[in-house]
Amino acid sequence: MAGILTAARPGRGQLALLSVAGTAIFFGLWQILAISGLVSKFVLPSPTEVITAGLTMVVEPFAGNTIQGHVIASFGRWAMGFALAAGIGIPLGLAMGYWRVLDAMVSPIFEAYRYIAPLAWVPFAALWFGTGIGGPVMVIFTGAFAPCVLNAYRGAHLVERHLIEAARTLGAGSLRVMAEVLLPGALPSVVSGLRVGAGLGWQSLIGAELIVVSSGIGYVLVQGQSNLAPEIVIAAMLAVGLTGLLIDIALRFAESRIRRRWGQTA
Amino acid sequence: MSEIVFEGISKVFPRGGAAFTALSDVSLGIPDKQFLAIVGPSGCGKTTLLRMAAGLEAPSSGIVRVGGRPVNGPGADRAVVFQQFALFPWKTVRENIAFGLKCKGMPRAKRDELALHYLELMGMSGTEDNYPHQLSGGMQQRVAIARSYAIEPQVLLMDEPFGSLDAQTRTLMQEELIRISRVNPRTVLFITHGVEEAVYLADRVVVLTRSPGRITEIIDVRPVREAEGWDRLASEEALEMPGFGHLRARIWRLLRQEMQAPSTDQT
Repeated sequence: MAGILTAARPGRGQLALLSVAGTAIFFGLWQILAISGLVSKFVLPSPTEVITAGLTMVVEPFAGNTIQGHVIASFGRWAMGFALAAGIGIPLGLAMGYWRVLDAMVSPIFEAYRYIAPLAWVPFAALWFGTGIGGPVMVIFTGAFAPCVLNAYRGAHLVERHLIEAARTLGAGSLRVMAEVLLPGALPSVVSGLRVGAGLGWQSLIGAELIVVSSGIGYVLVQGQSNLAPEIVIAAMLAVGLTGLLIDIALRFAESRIRRRWGQTA
Repeated sequence: MSEIVFEGISKVFPRGGAAFTALSDVSLGIPDKQFLAIVGPSGCGKTTLLRMAAGLEAPSSGIVRVGGRPVNGPGADRAVVFQQFALFPWKTVRENIAFGLKCKGMPRAKRDELALHYLELMGMSGTEDNYPHQLSGGMQQRVAIARSYAIEPQVLLMDEPFGSLDAQTRTLMQEELIRISRVNPRTVLFITHGVEEAVYLADRVVVLTRSPGRITEIIDVRPVREAEGWDRLASEEALEMPGFGHLRARIWRLLRQEMQAPSTDQT
């Protein structure tokens, strides 16, 4: 063990082992703290209670649905808001990178907008789009939009000038330059933006669900709290974290594939 | 007819508040199917001239015409071969060559067929499914040249196309370009700082001065080439011919005077 900790450059297997060990220590300490009687189970339930609560929700509906049903409801909202943010944000960012006029026109508003936390949009989201699907989708959109725009914009600037010029001298119009040169050239940066946007969107979704809706994993959190069931609250938090982790792993995988395919030359 | 005509071209760049004159009143005509090379020291504005013909840059005054029509903006009638090859790294060799044809709206089967034809012309059959980074520099530039020929442009604009290749590859590429120009003659504007390259490839060589760029002299290579029959020789043999040496020395002298003369535009 000491050998692993002091190794100058731990190998892949050693790093994976350390990750498992860290997680095990975390849950172990938590379990010891919970069963020692030092804290009340209403303040901090033990990991076993949390896992039991989570597994119970897989078969027994809580707050109107099973836990996987709630996760799916949340995921669906997230996917819609995220797709919307990517679908509008990426073309906008590329266009801003291509046309200086558009950049100058849009940038001031955009710079101000991106400092407004997604949750600050919750009142308006509820007012404009209601508390069913539209409102939460808008909150996710506001969270994911800025990183999508920004990374597409930065990526477009990194595309080598002579590639754009080559495309134009071969007869490509602006739309084709954007679709076939700027987008693929900016793709590594665009995908990084998608990863950041996906994370922010997922975080803001849970926030939105705390406030405005009656389904989804955020709603489970609120219901757990009002039922004085902290083990349900923590189980829901774990579900949030795990889903977010899975989304990130999927996008990370896409990112590494793109980088490999694009090769060494830029 | 696809001649290139520069009429009274000047180009002034703002440089830290002051104005820098890159080109001053340059007039030059390249007749249909002629191969013209421009040589000159760095910063003489030779690349700027080419970029104006390509429509990638606008003159401060004067007009550029290609095939009789004034240039304003890039277009597929004028193909550019860049020093950095400018191949799309995310497209295969075939897709790179077919890109311009796709822009013209040609159906896939037709453009793939043409792409393979031009790849074969460059002696590179079998590489069509490779990505550019899998090829050597010389091969990448062959693909870029094939891409330019594939759109069947009126004129070819080559901006130091062999400048980033090693000496041996460069020589082979020059011979290749001569061979292709013979089967597929085009009007060519070729920018280089290699004197031998210019004499070996071009029908006429233009020597540009620096700051501001002006034409010093236009040298007609054709009579000497035909008299000594360079076309039938390998490049190292052509280089040994007395006429070749004479022209090379003459251009070198012009350039040397130019490099040693005090600049008229000290900023």
